Amino acid sequence: MNLATPLKNLDRELARFHRRLKVGAAFVALLAIALLARAYYLQIVQHEHYIQRAESNRISRVPTTPNRGLILDRNGRILAENYSAYTLELTRAQTENLEATLAEVGKLIEITPGQLRRFRRLLAESHEFETVPLKSRLTDEEVAVLAANRYRLPGVEVKARLFRNYQAGPGMAHVLGFIGRINDGDLKRLREDGREQNYKGSAYIGKTGLEQSYETLLHGRTGFDQMETDASGRAVRMLSRIPPVPGRDLRLHLDVELQAVAEHAFGDYLGGLVALDPRTGGVLALVSKPGFDPNLFVDGIDPETWKLLNESPERPMVNRVLRGIYPPGSTIKPFMALAGLELGLRKPADTIVDPGFYSLPNSRHQFRDWKRGGHGVVDLRRSISQSCDVYYYRLAVDMGIDRMHDYLAQFGLGEKTGIDLDGESSGLLPSRDWKQRRFKQPWYPGETVIAGIGQGYLLTTPLQLATAAAILANGGERVEPRLVQAVRDPRAHTWQPLPGGVRGQMAIAPANLAVVRQGMMDVMRPGGTAARSAAGAPYTIAGKTGTAQVVGIKQGARYEASRLSRQYRDHALFIAYAPAENPTIVVAVMVENGGHGGSTAAPIARAVFDYYLTGKRPGELKLEVESAAD
Amino acid sequence: MPRISHWIVRRLSHLDGILLTLVLVLLGISLAVVASASGQSPARISGHLINIGLALGVMVVMANVPPHLLSRVGPPLFFAGVVLLIGVALFGEVRNGARRWLNLGFVAFQPSELLKLALPLMLAWYFQRNEAVLRAKHFLVGGALLLLPFLLILRQPDLGTAMMIGASGFYLLFFAGLPWKVILGGATLGAASLPVVWGLMHDYQQRRVLTLLDPTSDPLGAGYHTIQSTIALGSGGLFGKGWMQGTQSQLDFIPERTTDFIFAVFGEEFGYVGAILLVVLYLAVVARGLVIAARAPTLFGRLMAATLSLNLFTYAFVNMGMVSGILPVVGVPLPLMSYGGTALITLLLGIGILMSVATHRQLMTR
Repeated sequence: MNLATPLKNLDRELARFHRRLKVGAAFVALLAIALLARAYYLQIVQHEHYIQRAESNRISRVPTTPNRGLILDRNGRILAENYSAYTLELTRAQTENLEATLAEVGKLIEITPGQLRRFRRLLAESHEFETVPLKSRLTDEEVAVLAANRYRLPGVEVKARLFRNYQAGPGMAHVLGFIGRINDGDLKRLREDGREQNYKGSAYIGKTGLEQSYETLLHGRTGFDQMETDASGRAVRMLSRIPPVPGRDLRLHLDVELQAVAEHAFGDYLGGLVALDPRTGGVLALVSKPGFDPNLFVDGIDPETWKLLNESPERPMVNRVLRGIYPPGSTIKPFMALAGLELGLRKPADTIVDPGFYSLPNSRHQFRDWKRGGHGVVDLRRSISQSCDVYYYRLAVDMGIDRMHDYLAQFGLGEKTGIDLDGESSGLLPSRDWKQRRFKQPWYPGETVIAGIGQGYLLTTPLQLATAAAILANGGERVEPRLVQAVRDPRAHTWQPLPGGVRGQMAIAPANLAVVRQGMMDVMRPGGTAARSAAGAPYTIAGKTGTAQVVGIKQGARYEASRLSRQYRDHALFIAYAPAENPTIVVAVMVENGGHGGSTAAPIARAVFDYYLTGKRPGELKLEVESAAD
Repeated sequence: MPRISHWIVRRLSHLDGILLTLVLVLLGISLAVVASASGQSPARISGHLINIGLALGVMVVMANVPPHLLSRVGPPLFFAGVVLLIGVALFGEVRNGARRWLNLGFVAFQPSELLKLALPLMLAWYFQRNEAVLRAKHFLVGGALLLLPFLLILRQPDLGTAMMIGASGFYLLFFAGLPWKVILGGATLGAASLPVVWGLMHDYQQRRVLTLLDPTSDPLGAGYHTIQSTIALGSGGLFGKGWMQGTQSQLDFIPERTTDFIFAVFGEEFGYVGAILLVVLYLAVVARGLVIAARAPTLFGRLMAATLSLNLFTYAFVNMGMVSGILPVVGVPLPLMSYGGTALITLLLGIGILMSVATHRQLMTR
């Protein structure tokens, strides 16, 4: 073997090795560039993005729920308040066996079947990781027993929570409403309104009544603690804190004692009453009987109680003042009379002779007066005090349905009053147009006739009647009813008045208004339809009775209340204000199946006036509502 | 006494000044980062100091072993390693679904670790023996020597280690002069067989690759590591959040942050500037290693020095690539930075070999 060959090979191999070293160096440089390029992208180009992700990794926002505002009556009595108590709560996802856990808890403390039913319903509505209350308002012993056994009950927690309490009783339920646990529907609404953030940490939301309509003010603003947390979610330290802003307290126009007086005055009757201050629109009392216990709803109502309430024929969940729509009956007459005067169709001294019925020209159909044989010679004042039907049949025919519609609309009939509660009905103020649209039918003259005495299509709520009467009482100002008169930031301690709503001033000739008001005063005087209810009052009342038919009466038949079972009797209506010369209170009363307005509805109004104007209250009535420390 | 100090000076004279400086700087940085990542845990810091001391000792010892002696260790070490790998395949302990550990009664270890050095030593010894008469058959034998442990480790399965060992073997063949035709042909073949390889991959391996392509597909599982480490790096920015100030690191968001994911801590606290510094330090180590290779008097020394240098950078690249989310998550520590005795000792053993090659100038005797 030639020795030169390996040597030559050796040189060649060494040269090749040196070339390969350069390739290796280049390869390493390439890898280094790739690494640094990647690092450049992450650390320089995407730096902002990653710094945010690192921040959201480390910072968690823990919501602190604000205390809900209180609701006080005009004299500072507490109607809705908060108190803290312990609740027993379960998280389904953390329990090993839900049924076994429930059984175990049931051995330790008493769980009523109602609580269990409510728990199961809430459980069905909530997600697996949500905590669901099983029993609230635990006693100290119960808390102690549960705490001692907690270690063997995973998923069971005892938590201190703020509860809402409505101590004013069922009578205030329709005003205050209630709060309840936030459900999917609420959550969806909050999300749509962009208020979701403010409810992080909140479990409750106003569902009905003032709790609902003033939810934003009552709830307050949720605070947030910025906590630095580690990867396992443990808080390491607090970075910053936005304190919660507590909800505003509400002060009502309503006087809870007046409310109690009114409710008491109903006796066994059901129905609705609303009392307004005609100068401001402030709601002094708002009764809808029957009421219900709003406390039942705070932690979720158990299904059986709910069924009972919801399916009761007495319909306790319906606010009759806002949502009950009835034909106004004769209570429409003062407004019709004013329309006749203002439209120049009648003069105060114009008279008719009432034979007891009215027939349209070329018709044999008789529209009867409620008084057999009629009222004889009737002028405008007498038409009100006697509630003469024939006078208004004629007036309505002379006026025509469209002018009637336009004039009555100025009193707010057929539209919502704008009270600060949700869900009011707008009633129905018919017109030719409306009928065409609604039924595709022409308006018949006979329909105009009965509209003149508040029957037929015309429908009003008690609240609409009160608001309309307030216009008569205050000389033409269209005020909106308001429950809340002022709000307060609990930290500032000063009340800020909430201005009432005014929808303008009706131009009414003072002389015309005076005649109508005289007619309404005559109602309460001897010979008037509600004279008995004014007897002995140290102030003057102006009012108007009415009857809303529940069943139609056949042509030629007679309505005899004594022959009808109670549920088919007419609803009794009454609107009134006092003192008649300088009114400070307007009342509208509706008594379901109460028969005549003068006999059942007017005495209730009288009781309200007596208390409001003279302080007189029924002897047997006791009130137990504590006063707030202002 | 003078004799002892003379002996010490002689032993230390085998250290390479440049490499030693670079290694000490890297270990210093490592100490600082481990201290920060461990939340100044005294146990971790002292443990790391002990590991560093041991590893430096091993380095000094290796630097004093002449290359010709070292080359003789190659074949027995290699065959012992292969036998142990076969032992693993037959009697190995299954941990985390893979048969990687061999229990010798008193100690359990992974024979694949041994091959990381044994394979280059074996190949370098083999090519040294056939210096100047290299022909195709030698590369065939070299390839077979490479494939034997590679396949054994691959079927454990341990794709990461197999790839790393495969890479070191390939570097050696490459520096020994593996023809370009073969390299390019093999690369083409490899690319073409990718779908087949994908099919042969285990579920968890496929998942790792998929997670790499889209870490958010599994944010709490396999993707969690990558997501958190890229957040750490990215949020570090140009200058970093400062030593012990990294929120991702200090609040436990980065898993395994003293070991495999230490680069995330480093990048968060020292930023892009720190990352550049670190890469430059590694490049300097590699550069010094390649210079030693270029000057080495024997083929064995040349091949070992060049291979060990590239190997070190490959480890660094794979680790940093995994932390920054461009490579799948494999259990590869960051050379000279991660906490962990075995890896550190293996690495400084390699550095010691580099120093030995640099300081033993005499030609090898056959």
